[in-house]
Amino acid sequence: MTPLLSIEGLTVELSTGDRNFEAVSDITLAVARNEVLALVGESGSGKSMTAMAIMRLLPEPVADIVAGTILFDGIDLASASEAALRGIRGNRIGLIFQEPMTSLNPSIRVGPQVAEVLRLHKGLDAVNARRRVEQLFEQVRIPDPRRRYDDYPHQMSGGMRQRVVIALALACDPDVLIADEPTTALDVTTQAQILETFRDLQASVGAATILITHDLAVVAETADRIAVMYAGRIVEETTTEQLFASPRHPYTHGLLGSIPHVADTDATRRGDRLPEIAGTVPALWALPPGCAFEPRCPRASDRCLSERPPLAELAPGHKTACWHPVETAA
Amino acid sequence: MSTLLDVKNIAKRFTVSRGLGAKPATVHAVDDVSFTISHGETLGLVGESGCGKSTVGKMIVRLLEPDEGEVMLAGEPISHLSHRAMRPFRRKVQMVFQDPNGSLDPRQRAGDIVEEPLVVHGIGNAAERRARVENLFSRVGLRPDQMTNVPSKFSGGQRQRLAIARALALNPSLIVADEPVSALDVSIQAQVINLMSDIQREFGLAYLFVAHDLGVVQHISDRVAVMYLGRIVEIGDTSSVYLRPSHPYTHTLMDAVPRPDPARRHHRPAIARGEVPSPLNPPSGCAFHPRCPMATYICRQERPLLRRVASGAEVACHHAE
Ligand SMILES: Nc1ncnc2c1ncn2[C@@H]1O[C@H](COP(=O)(O)OP(=O)(O)OP(=O)(O)O)[C@@H](O)[C@H]1O
Ligand SMILES: Nc1ncnc2c1ncn2[C@@H]1O[C@H](COP(=O)(O)OP(=O)(O)O)[C@@H](O)[C@H]1O
Ligand code: SF4
Ligand code: SF4
Ligand SMILES: [Mg+2]
Ligand SMILES: [Mg+2]
Repeated sequence: MTPLLSIEGLTVELSTGDRNFEAVSDITLAVARNEVLALVGESGSGKSMTAMAIMRLLPEPVADIVAGTILFDGIDLASASEAALRGIRGNRIGLIFQEPMTSLNPSIRVGPQVAEVLRLHKGLDAVNARRRVEQLFEQVRIPDPRRRYDDYPHQMSGGMRQRVVIALALACDPDVLIADEPTTALDVTTQAQILETFRDLQASVGAATILITHDLAVVAETADRIAVMYAGRIVEETTTEQLFASPRHPYTHGLLGSIPHVADTDATRRGDRLPEIAGTVPALWALPPGCAFEPRCPRASDRCLSERPPLAELAPGHKTACWHPVETAA
Repeated sequence: MSTLLDVKNIAKRFTVSRGLGAKPATVHAVDDVSFTISHGETLGLVGESGCGKSTVGKMIVRLLEPDEGEVMLAGEPISHLSHRAMRPFRRKVQMVFQDPNGSLDPRQRAGDIVEEPLVVHGIGNAAERRARVENLFSRVGLRPDQMTNVPSKFSGGQRQRLAIARALALNPSLIVADEPVSALDVSIQAQVINLMSDIQREFGLAYLFVAHDLGVVQHISDRVAVMYLGRIVEIGDTSSVYLRPSHPYTHTLMDAVPRPDPARRHHRPAIARGEVPSPLNPPSGCAFHPRCPMATYICRQERPLLRRVASGAEVACHHAE
């Protein structure tokens, strides 16, 4: 599969008052049509900065792309002009953020907001735009789409607003879809409904998709491939099946062991201690010179202190950045 | 195990304005909620946003007074005690919040934060209190030399440890923990959950553990109560509620939780439709009936009462078996 979007060596630098540091360091990623790639990591690991960099929506002048290329259909988004980007954003690349109001204008009714995008990018007239929006609202399962067309965002629940955002992101049949924590703010039953809609529509549009989340269970049920970020870098990348069956990076391995997910058996006894990851997430401006996970890693050696492990393909289709990876499960 | 906390039919209503010109409305945030917690036991309280979990917690620690019903602690009714008469009971019940920042004074030094409840209750002399604070610091995994730091010098996980140390200072019998790990980084949550289990064993603590994270609640709870629109719809042993849910809403909830299992990408349970109705305008009869696949005529007419079913749990549903 040839990738539709390929990122190489992407580095984003942040300058805040007294500090300069890399929020995203030397990231290489590719997504193909019909594929869902998940970017997972803890708060502050650089997921959103990566998404913003792809869209060239980084907060200026604080953040800046200092290295790397972002190739989309022969265009390098990292160096493209603002005019070129305007034709791509919201048209060929659809965006969904955690907070629906990031994408919606509070003072415009939801139907006309989506219709406006269709007029702008697809040149539809008012009648056709309205017809298409009603179709889209139906596809994202907004009940009674004709009536909801004239709602203001504040008249809708959080889940319904996120459905409008999905409709907006998919309005122009995008080639690429970027969803940053699309269900994190929602309750569990609403999350399940929205993820189902998201998966169905992603598959029918066939968009190359980057799904950003900190929730490994959401990822297990949604993604084809997973890239795990820690302190601004990708530390492991492989297929979803492979990552859950056989995590090789000590951080991934630790995370999968330490999170209490809902279990469908009584296997874990209540009060059993959970395996912990020691220590805390390091500040990005005070990273150790070697492996960023070294202060918390049970497998660390002297080499880890001084030399940073490169992201290397240890097995076909399974990349890990670690000098002493966890053995594969037999 | 003997009963420590006995919550009897508590209710709380709030009046909310509905904008200019409109008449204010009443939200039944909590309605007819009853449960008990034994010494050393953990009761998990789950349900979706706005269902009334925090309001229940606040009534137990007396941050709110119930409009109806009574909270009994060690056999004594405490809901309507005066501030003064409440004192001896205050020591027994403490609260830990989701956002430790909101509950810690940013200008106070960490050691003083933990010492404050001892001072307020006139416990020990200065030297004894200091020794106790040092002891609590090391117990929750903080270093005594951090006692002079202000909260902003601590990470999120450390601030939650600090809040736990303060809650432990008066040797409580019950801690109401409202989303104690939700705001923490995922790699830090296990540390705080383990700390809570350890101190529970050590001090014989009971917990009311309020959370929307069903995995965490399953791990830590002996029993679990599920709330929907202000009421408990199912309460029972953790394994009954999770593995053999009897209320259709509990089913919906359990099916909706994602599992870390890639096989579920290809066959996932069917997803329930509909949204949680507004608490300003709850449905008649059983509040779950507009979303319930099993709803019949009676469900729209009559509110089901909690009763014991085959799994051993108590369930408020006309058709549960
Ligand atoms: N002080 C208040 N004034 C008015 N309404 C309130 C107040 N506190 C809570 N409510 C309402 O009472 C209901 C229950 O709220 P509560 O905070 O107990 O829910 P919760 O289950 O803790 O939700 P979450 O999971 O979002 O924390 C909600 O409808 C809420 O809007
Ligand atoms: N607007 C901003 N100004 C300054 N720093 C920021 C801004 N947004 C994010 N950061 C910093 O960039 C780093 C990566 O953040 P982010 O990409 O948002 O992480 P994630 O999405 O993985 O939680 C963090 O250290 C964060 O504090
Ligand atoms: S490189 Fe060393 S410190 Fe880093 S994850 Fe691997 S073993 Fe641990
Ligand atoms: S009482 Fe009726 S509507 Fe309510 S949960 Fe039971 S079957 Fe469903
Ligand atoms: Mg983010
Ligand atoms: Mg709450």
